[in-house]
Order: sequence, then C-alpha cells, then structure tokens
Amino acid sequence: MLTISEVEHVALLGRLELTGEEKKLYQEQLSAILEYAKKLDDLDTGDVLPTAHVLPLKNVFRQDEAGSHLESERVLANAPERDGNFFKVPKIV
Amino acid sequence: MADYEAVIGLEVHVELKTNTKIFCHSTTAFGGEPNTHVCPVCLGLPGVLPVLNKRVVEYAIRAGLALNCQIAGFSKFDRKNYYYPDLPKNYQISQYDLPLAEHGFIDIDIEGQTKRIGITRVHMEEDAGKLVHQGSISTTPYSLVDYNRTGVPLIEIVSEPDMRSPEEARAYLDKLKAIIQYTGVSDCKMEEGSLRCDANVSVRPRGRAEFGTRAEIKNMNSFRALQKAVAYEIERQIDVLEEGGRVVQETRTWEENKGITMSMRSKEEAHDYRYFPDPDLVPMIIDRDWVEEIRASLPELPGQRKERYVRELGLSPYDAEVLTTTKETADYFEECLKSYPNAKIIGNWVMGELSRLLNAGNIEISLCNITPGQLADMLKLMDKGTISGKIAKTVFEEMFDSGKDPEQIVKEKGLMQISDEGAIASEVDRVLADNPKVVEDYRAGKEKALGFLVGQVMKATRGKANPDLVNKLLRDKM
Amino acid sequence: MELHYMTARALHGMLKNKEVSAEELCRAYFSRIENLEEKLKSFITLTKTQALEQARRVDAKIKQGQEIGPLAGIPVAVKDNMCTEGVRTTCSSKILYNFVPPYSATVVEKIQGADMVIVGKTNMDEFAMGSSTENSGFFNTSNPWDTGRVPGGSSGGSAVSVGAGEAVVALGSDTGGSIRQPASFCGVVGMKPTYGAVSRYGLVAFASSLDQIGPLARDVTDCASLLNVITGHDPRDSTSAPGGYRDYTSFLVDDVRGIKIGVPREYTGGGIDAGVRQVIAQAVQKLSSLGAEIEETSLPHVEYAVPCYYIIAPAEASSNLARYDGVRYGYRVEAPGDVVDMFKRTRSLGFGSEVKRRIMLGTYALSSGYYDAYYLKALKVRTLIKQDFDRAFEKFDLLLAPTSPAPAFRKGENINDPLQMYLSDITTIPVNLAGLPGISVPAGFVDGLPVGMQLIGKPFDEGTLLKVAYSFEQNTDHHKQTPPL
Repeated sequence: MLTISEVEHVALLGRLELTGEEKKLYQEQLSAILEYAKKLDDLDTGDVLPTAHVLPLKNVFRQDEAGSHLESERVLANAPERDGNFFKVPKIV
Repeated sequence: MADYEAVIGLEVHVELKTNTKIFCHSTTAFGGEPNTHVCPVCLGLPGVLPVLNKRVVEYAIRAGLALNCQIAGFSKFDRKNYYYPDLPKNYQISQYDLPLAEHGFIDIDIEGQTKRIGITRVHMEEDAGKLVHQGSISTTPYSLVDYNRTGVPLIEIVSEPDMRSPEEARAYLDKLKAIIQYTGVSDCKMEEGSLRCDANVSVRPRGRAEFGTRAEIKNMNSFRALQKAVAYEIERQIDVLEEGGRVVQETRTWEENKGITMSMRSKEEAHDYRYFPDPDLVPMIIDRDWVEEIRASLPELPGQRKERYVRELGLSPYDAEVLTTTKETADYFEECLKSYPNAKIIGNWVMGELSRLLNAGNIEISLCNITPGQLADMLKLMDKGTISGKIAKTVFEEMFDSGKDPEQIVKEKGLMQISDEGAIASEVDRVLADNPKVVEDYRAGKEKALGFLVGQVMKATRGKANPDLVNKLLRDKM
Repeated sequence: MELHYMTARALHGMLKNKEVSAEELCRAYFSRIENLEEKLKSFITLTKTQALEQARRVDAKIKQGQEIGPLAGIPVAVKDNMCTEGVRTTCSSKILYNFVPPYSATVVEKIQGADMVIVGKTNMDEFAMGSSTENSGFFNTSNPWDTGRVPGGSSGGSAVSVGAGEAVVALGSDTGGSIRQPASFCGVVGMKPTYGAVSRYGLVAFASSLDQIGPLARDVTDCASLLNVITGHDPRDSTSAPGGYRDYTSFLVDDVRGIKIGVPREYTGGGIDAGVRQVIAQAVQKLSSLGAEIEETSLPHVEYAVPCYYIIAPAEASSNLARYDGVRYGYRVEAPGDVVDMFKRTRSLGFGSEVKRRIMLGTYALSSGYYDAYYLKALKVRTLIKQDFDRAFEKFDLLLAPTSPAPAFRKGENINDPLQMYLSDITTIPVNLAGLPGISVPAGFVDGLPVGMQLIGKPFDEGTLLKVAYSFEQNTDHHKQTPPL
C-alpha cells in the first residue's frame, strides 16, 4: 500500500496538484494496480534482456543540413502569454 | 586547525559547432531574434520526433578520442525528466548508463610536474533554451523564454575527482579547452556559453581515504571565476567543519559580485530524473572503422605540439606548455615563426609583453591588433639596431593600441636608435661635466656610478641612444 | 442509392464514371453527420469548408480528365491526436482545447496527397488513454448499434464515424487495442499495422514504443487501400521501418487454402464472454471449411501482458505528457503565482482523472528505487511475450483470437474500476507489446451487438492478414449489416 506521502511525492515529480480526495483515490487505485503488477515477479527474468524497441533498428541519422524555420508568428501563435517574440512565464522562484 | 585536502571534479559542457541542432534541422547560429531559430521539433510541439544529427556523433567521437577515451561499441539516448520552462519537452534527451565515450584522461602541468586527471565519460545531449529576466531571478515578477538555443548539441565531459586545488582545476579546464579547440568541434567560448563548467567540491582531513560530502558549484562564467569559486568553496567547507558543522550535499551558485557561493536549495524539489531509454530514438552501434577514420583525422593536439616545440624548436618544457595552452596562442606563435626564425625570442614576447597587454585589456589573442607578421617586423628592427629593446616596448604598446606597422611608428615618433658616435659623444661630455662628483666616485672604483651616468645619457636622448655605445664612450672618457 | 454506407472502392468507380461528384459526395456525408451528430457525437471538430475545397479540387481533376487515385475524393475522418496544420488538434483534452498545430502529421500529408477529403477530427479517450471514449475531456460518443453503450476506445469517434456512415474510412491510433477494439464494438474493419510501418511523426504521443496509426474501414478492401496510402518510410521518424512495404491490395485474394492458423487457448477460455466464444468458434469453422489449417496453440506469457503494459505505457506517457505545462501552447491556469504553481495547477485542471492516474503510475514506476522492480522488469517480460509470438510463428502463418473479451459494454459500467477496465485489454495488448500487425474484422453478433475476430500476423506480414480477412469477408456477410439508426 502506498502512503499518502508517497502519493504526494509522485504528484510533485509529475507536477500535479491533487486534492485530498484525489490523493486518497489514487492511493487506493495505484496500490491496487501496483499490487496486480507484482504478478510480474512470478516470472524469473534473470537471463532475459529487456525489450525497449521491438524493431531491431540502429544508427538512424540525419545529415547536418539546415532546413526551414517556423516563422516566429507561428511559433508564438499558441502561446498563452507572450511579450514580443518571447514566451512569457510567471516568476521562476 | 587540522590540515585539509580538497577533492575537485569538474563537469564541463561544450557546445558542438554543427550547422544544425542535434535532433532537428534548425540552425545553431548564435544570436538571432528570440524564437526564430526554432522548428516544431525543437519547440517540443505535440507529435514531433527527434532524428539524430550524424555530425554530432562524429564530433563527440572526435572529442572523446582527443581526450584519450574508449569509444563505446553500443550507445543509446535516455530521457532525463525534470520540469523547467526553458526545457520544451520537460525532459532533456541525454545519455545515462551507456555514454558514447569513457575512461579517458588528460595530463596537466602543475608546478613543473605532470599530473594525470581521469575523464569518467563524455556523453551527448541537447541544450535548453534561455530565460531572460529583469534583474535577479529571485526578484523579477516574470521571465521571458527564448528557445533558440534549445536542441543545440552539447557534449558533457565529466572528470574523475582527481584535482586537489583551485589551480589544478584551472589547469585542467585550460587544457581541456585547448584540446577541444584543437579538435575543431567547438569554439569553447565561455562568454557565449559554448563552454560551461560546474565543479564538485569536497574537503577531507589530509590522509583520509573517504571523500567528504560534496557541493556542486554552478554559474561560473569565466576561468578566473572557476578558480575563485573553488577556492572560496574549499575555505567555506573547511570553516564549516572547523566550527563543528557538517557540509550539506547541495547545489550552490557562484555570486561573482559578492565573491561567494550561495545555496540554491529550492523550496520543494526532490531530484529524481527518472532516466529511461528514449523510445523515439534507436540505439547506435558505433562502427570501429568509423572511429579509426576519425582518429586518423585528428589534428596535432596540445601535448604533441608541446613536445614538438621542445624537440624541434629547443624551447623549455615550461615555455612550450604556456605557448600551446590555447590553440590561438600557438597558432600566433607559429605564424610569427614563419617570418622570424627565433622561437625563443618570439616566445618571450608572446608570453611576456603580448600576454601582459592582452590580460590587462581582457582581449583575446585572435582579436589582437598586432599581427604575427608585425611582431616579426618589430623583432627584425631590433636585430638591425634600428630600435633598442627598451624602445621596442614602447613601439609594441603603440602597435597594440593602433595596429600600425612598427616602421611607421618608429618613423612618426622619431624613435630610431642613435648609433652616431659624434651625437652621443656630445651628450656624454655634457653629462660628465654636469656630474663631477659621480665621475669621481667611478674613478674611485664605484662601478655603480656608471649606471647612473648611462641613465642620464639615455634620459637626455629620450632612450634612443644605443646603450652599448653609451657605455663604451663613458668608460673611454673617464 | 444511399451514399453513406458505400465502400471507397464503389465510390471511386462512381466518381470516375461521373455518377457523383466529389462535392456531392462531401455534402452528402456532411448532411449525414449533421443528422447523426447529436445522437452519436463522433466529432470534436468538423472541417466542412476545407473539405468542400478539397472535394472541388478533386472534381477539377476529374473534369480535366486527370487520373485520380483510388481514394481521391473519399471522405475520411481523422482521430484528434494527429496534427492537422491550421486545424485544432485536442487529443480530447482540456489542456489542448485551443491548440492549432503549425504543421501536419506525416499521415495527414499522405492522405491529403492522395486527394482524400478530411471531414473532421474525431473524439477519443483523452490522450488515447481508455477503451470506451468515456475519458474524453469533452463528451461521450455513442455506439451506433446501441446508443446506451460505449463505442470502445480510444479511437471511438473514428470507429463510429465509419460504422454510422459519417465517413467512408478513418484513421485511428492503437497503443493497446485502440483501433481494433472500437472496430469490433462498432462492426467495422480496423487494423493496427506492424510497429514502424506508419510514421508516428505528428501523432501526439501516448506511449511511443507502442503507438501505431492504422486504418478503419467498412471492408477489408478499403482497409488495404488506406493502408497503401499511409504506410512507408519517413525520415522524420527514427523508428520508421526502412522497407518491407507492399501493394496491400494485391493480397485481396479469396483463398485461404493451406494457411496455418493458430488459436491461442488463452483466448478461448473462461475470461471470454460465452457469446463471443461462440462467434469465434463459428469463424474458426468457416475458415476451416474454406481450407485453412487451424490448430490450438499457446502463448504462455500473455497473462502477464496487462501488468507489463500498464507499467510500460504509463511510464512512457508520464514523460511524453510532461510538455503540457502552460508555457508554449494549450491551457494555462488563471493567475499563477509562480512557475511551479502554474505547472501544477495547469496540469491538474487540464488533464482528466485517467490521464492523471497514468501519469502518477508511470512516474512512480520510473522513480528512484522502483525502476528495476517495475519498469525494467516489465521490459524483460515484454521480451518473454514477444518470444511467445516468435515461437508461435515458427509454426503458424497467423493467430486468431477474439478482438475483445466481450461486446460493447454499457456507458458508465467500468468507469469506477480502472483495473477492471485495464483487464479487458488482454486480447489486444500483447500485439502492441510485440509490435505485430493485427486486424479486427466483423465476425458476428451477440444480442445485436457486433463482435470482431482478431487476426495477428508476423511483423510486416500485413499481406497474409488481409488475405485471410478478405476471404472470410467474401464468404460471410457480417460486414454488410448496418446499425439501427
């Protein structure tokens, strides 16, 4: 069972602000799912290599050639807040 | 007070001089209006995917080889997850457990001794963007974000904790910069941010094997700042221990104006980067032939150049080391040597007067007004006896300020050396007549008196008289 | 003649013979959409103006006597997680409610290049996380066979649009069954191609190592035609396969003689609804009678597929979804105090509860101290699951299973128990974990609800899947049934 403080820690890492209710809900649900995931421990995977990619691709490169840029109006068109050509954000600390 | 020893390791980020970014085709050109050197990929728009720039791998291999590293056969990219507004995806594509290069070293010279500093690893990653704010980050009401630098390729070079003093740290960084510059993969301009350095510093009672708790120092914007910040941090940690306290493992920032390091602890952040293999990129299997091809194309590196200067030019190891510390200095020196074949004399001028003036003006040698050819011309004027060594310094300063040719300066200012015996003789006579007491002292055996009289003649000729001739005439006449 | 239930192949003939113009076709589909949308709610955004312009361009080509491609002028619906330049792309999330991409996904460029007519962007589970489209941040979509039931998900809107005649074909994306399961629930054909066969560039990522775009269609022929358009190597996607592509319509041959089909016993047992089991048994019998060689087989590790998937997919998602922070695009919370406050509240209000649940789960699985126990362990189990398939394909040309353990369920039925919802993905998830192609074709009905049969193939052997699916279709008429709208 996850503790509430573990839930809070994970929420902070994922930049989520949870209500007290959500914390309890996720505590229960995540615990149940993780408990179920423990099923994986039934399997001895000592000699098994992990699969991060199913396709055996390697060395996919592009050449160092410049392409077109996005015009700055299109760069900033979706910005929630801007200042000239900059994206604007509230204070950092 | 107990005797302490510092333990220092450096993490150096170097921007690679490719045309385009590491994972997209946006330009890496420095400057530009904010948010103009960007495309959907480096902006991290929903749905975009990275594709690796082959030249980044080539340059990183090049740097790795120059730093005596082993190049991995298998390497991959991982995601380093953390939130910051200058990081468009809120993860940085970097390398975690399988870096491109490992187990290297560089040799530094410290107090005439060679010391080997281990290099743990060299890995590739993408740069973040830039935050702009009015005043300090802690007081500004908002920040502005420019993503032009986002995705510029970097290599991170991590040293072993092998350095024991701020001077060693400085020497390591100097040497590292020289090596990287020699390979041509980066400009290594600290002021443009193409070379950045963080230091891990701890102290321990001398003789103890375990390391003390370390602090990571950031925000050092010059080589001098590194040296000062590390020195400060060592003192600070010793003070903490001496007062019975404990050093806290933390990140500290160097405050250049105050000359201190300050804790950067944020209110709420547990650092946990949650590295995992980037599923959008495929692994690299580094072909050995490619590595050997790159190795064969490496230019002469500072160590080799230094050896050549000692072996072929007869310079002392110390002089050779100083002259090869930066590629620009060594190139300048060699360019001059083409027109004036006396390495020792050129070396003395480059390390002496030139270096003094550059330091005083905080100017880079590549931007210096005096061309290597002009320095050679001036040295030739000295050899011909046109100017004296003393006058040469005046001419050199004028050259440094104006960029004019030495002949022109000598002509304009009438600095030609006076080697006409008649002209000097009359001045000698006058000086002897004006200083009978000193003449008497000389005759009584006081050799020092001669010096005074020479000085008087030189003063009267505004330094232009040939000093050998003045000496000879004075002795003859007395 | 009703245009809205015709196949692309038939419509192509009519367009060429000038029996209908592309504009008329487009208008007919929009009037169908306007009639049904209130009931079904398949679309988030309709693009009528652009669609009519595109249709007129096709008409101009026809008028000039130019050769047109097999899908030119065909109305297509696009799942709202594929970027469309100048057209809002939301992923059914409040956090992207106003995002207008400045670029198009490779698949979107490809369907436009084939002169297809995009009618709109379809509803989905938010960020493709879900199996019912009930996790949409905007509204629910209804199953055309029973509007009290879910259409499946996450490509629910795409499946409904095809099943209800609001589009001829559609694009969906499939990370754990998100094309095949709604295709099954809505009585249409849906295919997840081999991982790497269709470019992911411009597909808003959920779980990068599992996501794959694929076609939904009324029949196997249209499915193959659309597959021809969207597959191919893309230099903008490092995981795009460099080769192995075929003319998929060349496999549309009614002949299954000698094809070896394995039926994994894990998918015919207790966890599967009795009615579904019966439909599958009949399908097996049909294929057998047509000359296929069918045998039982086993995939011993598929029982671990659900926990394996529900570690890997959320882990990747937790990182992929980190970019939604209110800085560059999308939703930003009102009056944030500082950046951290903005990040936290923007994400908490912008994401729905399933997305947050998976971000939490994935963040946990990657966090310090748990990486090896969960994430790395899951990657190793993924290897075992893939090996099960490799072994099965030594003996069989393809595998056959139900697409989903049960037909479409009632709205709200599974919403409060995420684990129960996850378990219903057991039949589709292993295919994504192994990167294989899979297709769902209509195979029968249970209580008036369509049921799909899933065929699973070797990597890049979409051809054999299409051949068997086509033969089955030619000898059955399930795909010809239309919903009671």
